Amino acid sequence: MTAWDYLLWVAFPYAASGVFVVGHLLRYRYDQFGWTSRSSQTYENRLLRWGSPMFHYGILMVIGGHIVGLFIPKPWLEFFGVTEHMYHLGATWLGSFAAVLTVAGLAILIYRRRLTKRVLLVTTVMDKVMYVFLASTITFGTTATVLYQIFGGGYDYRGSISPWIRSLYSLQPDPSLMSDVPFFFQLHVLTATALFLLWPFTRLVHVFSAPLGYLVRPYVVYRSRDNPRGAGSRSPRRGWEKSERPLERSRK
Amino acid sequence: MRVMAQMSMIMNLDKCIGCHTCSVTCKQVWTNRTGVEYAWFNNVETRPGIGYPREYENQEKWKGGWVRNKRGRLQLKAGGRLKKLSQIFNNPNLPQIDDYYEPWTYDYDMLTTAPAGTQSPVARPKSLLTGHDMDIKWSGNWDDNLGGSQETAAQDPILATMSEHVKMEFEETFMFYLPRICEHCLNPACVAACPSGAMYKREEDGIVLVDEDGCRGWRMCVSACPYKKVYFNHKTGKAEKCTLCYPLIEQGKPTICSETCVGRLRYLGLMLYDADAVLAAASIENDQDLQGAQRACFLDPFDPEVIAAAKAEGMADDWIEAAQNSPIYKLISEYEIALPLHPEYRTMPMVWYIPPLSPVVDVVSNSGSDGEDARTLFAAIDKLRIPVEYLAGLFSAGDVVPVELSLRKLAAMRAYMRDINLGNEPDERIPNAVGMTGETIQAMYRLLAIAKYEDRYVIPKAHVETARELEELGCSLDTDGGPGMGGPGSAGHSGPYGNTVGMPLGATVDNYNTMTGRPSATAPTTPGRVNLLNWNGNGAPQGMFPPIADAGSPA
Repeated sequence: MTAWDYLLWVAFPYAASGVFVVGHLLRYRYDQFGWTSRSSQTYENRLLRWGSPMFHYGILMVIGGHIVGLFIPKPWLEFFGVTEHMYHLGATWLGSFAAVLTVAGLAILIYRRRLTKRVLLVTTVMDKVMYVFLASTITFGTTATVLYQIFGGGYDYRGSISPWIRSLYSLQPDPSLMSDVPFFFQLHVLTATALFLLWPFTRLVHVFSAPLGYLVRPYVVYRSRDNPRGAGSRSPRRGWEKSERPLERSRK
Repeated sequence: MRVMAQMSMIMNLDKCIGCHTCSVTCKQVWTNRTGVEYAWFNNVETRPGIGYPREYENQEKWKGGWVRNKRGRLQLKAGGRLKKLSQIFNNPNLPQIDDYYEPWTYDYDMLTTAPAGTQSPVARPKSLLTGHDMDIKWSGNWDDNLGGSQETAAQDPILATMSEHVKMEFEETFMFYLPRICEHCLNPACVAACPSGAMYKREEDGIVLVDEDGCRGWRMCVSACPYKKVYFNHKTGKAEKCTLCYPLIEQGKPTICSETCVGRLRYLGLMLYDADAVLAAASIENDQDLQGAQRACFLDPFDPEVIAAAKAEGMADDWIEAAQNSPIYKLISEYEIALPLHPEYRTMPMVWYIPPLSPVVDVVSNSGSDGEDARTLFAAIDKLRIPVEYLAGLFSAGDVVPVELSLRKLAAMRAYMRDINLGNEPDERIPNAVGMTGETIQAMYRLLAIAKYEDRYVIPKAHVETARELEELGCSLDTDGGPGMGGPGSAGHSGPYGNTVGMPLGATVDNYNTMTGRPSATAPTTPGRVNLLNWNGNGAPQGMFPPIADAGSPA
């Protein structure tokens, strides 16, 4: 193992995870106002109507597949009677379906963002950087699947990539697992790691505000003006409280 | 019974001259920012007309408001919770910017910087979205005063439901103005549709607000509001709406649109209602009964039981007193002449309207009859189906009875008061014909026609002891792209708090009145002269006027 292996498969993923977690905490704490998907639906809807649901539903399936493939150890699935062959068939066919949805959706979205004047003008530099990493992650992942899983003999990443990821999370990183992984899988992992690093600084933060609470809360929300949070007023940020006499402070 | 107070508005449409002052002042205060150029928290529409945004009342198209489902329960017209969440990636009912209009400015610079030539320079319209030249094809008031309505009025959803064909020819039509703000509904569909729970109704005064920090830009509120009064800020990616100028209301002052209304046709005051009764009232089967059901939710502020229940809820005495003096309570419950806008949307709107008698009076006068004679007017209200049916389409889900009743009362007031003005013996049969007495007619006349400032606006102050801590925190609107941008301490801001250096002084209810009452401007920077930009308008600071040469001589 070379120093490169340690850099790419240990240092980089840990750095990215750190930035991912701390970045999100800080942004959630200090930039609630900027926490939005910044929809451009009012500018253009003809393409978005197709592209956005295709991409989002596709990517949700993709994420679900990754969770099963990467975080559930092989013996667990085998315990439930899912053999290697069954897993491979499911992952390849369902995965290909999700990939087609995702890639087609993303293509429509990028086409729309580039060629609709109104949408292009509100695209920030960060959006563009994010699009590059998002698109390359998806492209490399799809390429790897097509090359090795569909046309190749089938590569068992559950014997290498998945244990590597779990080795990271159990704080016993084993970069040797990654050194013999096929090239496009390696590229896919690297661009994905970079995307996680950028994540908290992009509009992708909207993923973490998926409003599942909507299903259970009462329809009409009441808030009291007496409650500073309730009135939509921010409480002073730490370190920025007004200077006041101890007497006033104790009254609060 | 759960007593709650609602700050409400009533507009007297007979007095609206369509001057758009309310819209303009509202825009100057709240929406003169990038991202909300197209947002009109207050707008004035000419009716018949298609309104703003285009055809907003066509709920088959936009799916706003609530519907009663087969099991008799209320449901958002756009679908249940799961369906809404499944559409979160693309809201199929969201109006496009072109349904409002593409905002633009003019290339004014060209007028002064164009090189000398044979033609006069022209300031061309430039889109505020793309910066390119554009053809202006539509805007917020394109059909103002029925302009071009021979082409567009056919799209008016109210006209479409009417049995009779309204001629849109210049001499044979009728029109009136309909100013609209957010309805601050008792059963707000926008709040119910917000997936993030960032929209809320304030417990104290019922004002519906958006928590800009909590909003995640899912845009469901924009499509759920049947009045299309929630706007999407396309720069910040957050929803914005009419706030009923709550910073002013909290200080006991009227909203900007009310304060600047030249027709003095807006009324502001509290309405007490039973919050537990709202849902059942909104789910009543027949659309035409909704208006009555909403009236039944309102509580009598003089009823000792209501007062006791309100006090038990922690309502302060001055708020109960304000509810008793409220012009809203008088116009809705005592005189019963105000009606809600589109009760059939089942949101229980709280901005009500006094329907205009003027279309009827105009027809009567134009035909050569006496437009202020009670019998002629009563007969005309019965006979003139078209304006009355149209008004019923707006204010009572098509039921002409409440509109007729309201118009007959206005007609009675007109006829009864004319006799008094002319010094004739007032005819008590006129008020009796509409179930009123001469005394109540005169009280109604004072409220509607004399319309003293203190009678129109009965607004109790927010309670300082609770509000103080909140406001010391600084302005929640003071954000990039927010209407506060910069706040009291920022450069160039010269409010009652003046220009400050360093940390801004907290703007509070406590110190607002002291600060506005300051006698004069700060000391002039140039001795002997006054910088008028720093003058707060009070008093005459030294150096403003030249010294009086001979103080003893008569003027």
